[in-house]
Amino acid sequence: MNTKPALSDKETIQFREVSFHINDIPSRSIVSGISLAVSHGETLVLLGRSGSGKTTLLRLINGMLFPSQGEVLVQERSTRDWDLIRLRRGIGYVIQDAGLFPHFTVAENIGLVPSLEKWDRCRTAVRVGELLTLVGLDPSEFADRRPRELSGGQRQRVGVARALAADPPILLMDEPFGALDPVTRAELQREFSALARRLGKTIVFVTHDLREALLLASRIVLLEAGRIVASATPQEFLRLEHPEVRAFTSSLALTPGAPA
Amino acid sequence: MTPQMTTWSFFVDHRAEIVGATLDHVMLVAIAMIIAILIGVPLGMFIVQRRALRSIALGIASIFQTIPSLALFGFLIPIPFIGGIGKRTAIVALVLYALLPILRNTYVGLTGIDPAVLESAEAMGMTRAQILFRVRFPLALAVILAGIRTATIITIGVATIAAAIGAGGLGTFIFRGVALVSDALILAGAIPAALLALLADFFLGLLERRLKVS
Repeated sequence: MNTKPALSDKETIQFREVSFHINDIPSRSIVSGISLAVSHGETLVLLGRSGSGKTTLLRLINGMLFPSQGEVLVQERSTRDWDLIRLRRGIGYVIQDAGLFPHFTVAENIGLVPSLEKWDRCRTAVRVGELLTLVGLDPSEFADRRPRELSGGQRQRVGVARALAADPPILLMDEPFGALDPVTRAELQREFSALARRLGKTIVFVTHDLREALLLASRIVLLEAGRIVASATPQEFLRLEHPEVRAFTSSLALTPGAPA
Repeated sequence: MTPQMTTWSFFVDHRAEIVGATLDHVMLVAIAMIIAILIGVPLGMFIVQRRALRSIALGIASIFQTIPSLALFGFLIPIPFIGGIGKRTAIVALVLYALLPILRNTYVGLTGIDPAVLESAEAMGMTRAQILFRVRFPLALAVILAGIRTATIITIGVATIAAAIGAGGLGTFIFRGVALVSDALILAGAIPAALLALLADFFLGLLERRLKVS
């Protein structure tokens, strides 16, 4: 019907009673009983310890995984009914190691989805320039470099630019700043926070770092052993009494230099 | 041929024959390698996603590699169509030998790619074919070429034995030299064969380094 990879602007992501288990013997449950709605323009942070199921939820959104029970709706359509290629081209995806293609230049990395979408060369080049500027890299200096010629922070910036290339309404980010040194991480968090506000995208952001969650989130959803145990705005979150919330807030208090 | 004939003067006197045999040898190796690449690389790409076929294909290719070359030439002679005496049989045997390194390296190269890169490719909405041809294959190229290089060197060596079933090439000198107990004849086959192997190794190695993506 439509040739455009149109995830329309108004739509959101919705989890309806979603469980996901791996059919090993015995079968292992990764997430269960997840009901969650992400509204347009929201930055939802999925917070939790390693193995709490954060990444699984992210991968259920772009059809890299499918629910064992329940359904995930994107633009009010179940991921099972989507053409997966169309669905994924409308969703930007950024991961920890950036996953840049080492045989492509920075410009080719950023221009990949546009080239898959058959944009003409000129339009792609203009877009690549815009995006590099947007993420704070000088196009004339960086466009022709290879990923191995970039620092970790620069690679992550390119990763963000690549995810934004075809202007997808949804952005999924899986601990994108997790592997960076603390100074670079703080710098990218601040910049990304400002960028996210300007772009107005629907963002689902996975992290195990409470400070990052507090900085970026419009809402924090806390996962413990595959279940949602709390969902609150950053201000409310700090006052919650749930033991897992306390575990996270007390880790924050222990960090030298953290706000009391 | 007199026993006191020196190796050097033998080379000079028979240079036309040596050059001819070398060209024969190169042709034999080139044809076998082209066929082995045309089979091995696509087959390697095909088995990446197919677990059951993978062990069968790699297993069969490994078995050929373990058969002593002289025995393999012998086995092939009585087989109709591909067998008999001459170049065709030799090429079949050489292809079977060259197949394993090419197939294995193609498979290893295509599967040994950073998982983060493959995850990104999938999440960005690349189709399986796009991932294979635009991501996996270019990144695997240096490893595949290393397999081709190994296979070429093996083939240059094994091709000398192909003279035993009348395929010509540098092995002709070696077998005749062994029969006549003539060092000069043996060296007339062995030295050019060794030089060919070194040259192939050098130039394919050069190409491999240029294709390597770090």
